[in-house]
Amino acid sequence: MLDLAAALSSAMALVTSLDPQMLVIVRLSVLVSGSAVLLAAVIGLPLGALLALSDFPGRGALVVAINACMGLPPVVVGLVVYLLLSRAGPLGEFGLLFTPSAMVAAQTVLVLPIVAALSRQVVADLWEEYGEQLRSLGASRPAVVATLLWDGRFSLLTAILAGFGRASAEVGAVMIVGGNINGVTRTMTTAIALETSKGDLALALGLGIILIGLVTAVNAAVFLLGHVARRRMG
Amino acid sequence: MNRETDSILPLELDGVGYAVQGRRLLQGVSLRLEAGTRTIVLGPNGAGKSLLLRLCHGLLEPTEGLLRWGGASGLAEQALRRRQAMVFQRPVLLRRSAFANVTYVLGLLGMPLVARAEAAMAALDRFGLADLAARPARVLSGGEQQRLALARAWAMEPDILFLDEPTSALDPSSTLAVEMAIHDFHVAGVKIVMTTHDLGQARRLADEVIFLSRGQLIEASPAATFFKGPVSGQARAFLAGELVC
Repeated sequence: MLDLAAALSSAMALVTSLDPQMLVIVRLSVLVSGSAVLLAAVIGLPLGALLALSDFPGRGALVVAINACMGLPPVVVGLVVYLLLSRAGPLGEFGLLFTPSAMVAAQTVLVLPIVAALSRQVVADLWEEYGEQLRSLGASRPAVVATLLWDGRFSLLTAILAGFGRASAEVGAVMIVGGNINGVTRTMTTAIALETSKGDLALALGLGIILIGLVTAVNAAVFLLGHVARRRMG
Repeated sequence: MNRETDSILPLELDGVGYAVQGRRLLQGVSLRLEAGTRTIVLGPNGAGKSLLLRLCHGLLEPTEGLLRWGGASGLAEQALRRRQAMVFQRPVLLRRSAFANVTYVLGLLGMPLVARAEAAMAALDRFGLADLAARPARVLSGGEQQRLALARAWAMEPDILFLDEPTSALDPSSTLAVEMAIHDFHVAGVKIVMTTHDLGQARRLADEVIFLSRGQLIEASPAATFFKGPVSGQARAFLAGELVC
């Protein structure tokens, strides 16, 4: 109990004094997860819209596969990306393993199914409502996709932020492909795992507090956004 | 646009029918919709009124028969669609301002960006919506939403306007506003094709009546003739308020 209290107070000290070592870690975490979410959104939003609006053989199976991939274990994704990027792997020549780029790639794979599956649902629901009207207006296919993505913007932002929550909280994938190298590929989650095993509970707890604060802030933003959107846009 | 000489009308239907999984919901409808007049489609529930509108508008493909736009030789499907507008029973408005709902369709029609704002405000103003231009469309009242749908159709400058029971969810004053809007379209030379359950409304608006029952065209005649003495037993019973199906 004493240990915990002591660790908590030194953790708070680290957080309030904005410890430089800690800030490096926080910054990298946000950068990596943020880039992964951005990439996943750029690919996932149009992909989800396409899945919602088009009909082709195997579409149902693809939808099921993408939905299932929302629960991919991060360590397995990390392992696969590791094999792809390792020296002997098909993408080995780029030398990306144990760099932040590798971590972004792994987290993009993790987040993409969430963004694609949720945006497919959002766009499909909107199409149900708008379809006849948009066809009546003579909207072309690209115009339809753009319209539905824009009109679903608040729900889609929720999907994207859910993806950010998953990326910033996972440890397995970034640990394997990043290697947890101090100052280079160390994120909040890998640092917490390491410091805990080393016994430096203060830094681990401090990072944990920041991580929880970040995730809480993201979720509060999602909640407020939905609330405001419903009130303003109906 | 000169609607007299440039119109895609008349629309001719030749033996048009529509079936879903072997069930024939509409069959053997042959008629001719001329420019300029107001055609009201009447009939009991399930007669195929909305279906007929959707087939004419091209939202559904007929499973039998042919549809021909007389004045549209050489126009592609999408160009043809852009000369028509439809107002639905429940207006479908985008999640943006009333103003942006109108500029949106002007964009679809390829109007240059600089011209859109003025055209949109003119359309909103025409239907008494200028003060509501900045309001999110979906928080407007039911009557305002339907008027916005009409303003949006107006901005499209269509040759023909389809209306599928546009007032069935509205109170009397909103219904009056919609009927006045329909009158505006008519005066501007737009062909009106509308379904309604309100016989009073049909009498007020119709130049000609198309009466459907059980997926078949029973009568197509001038309004005066139809309301004075319908030829068919079904139409007589319908007008007398009997329960027909």
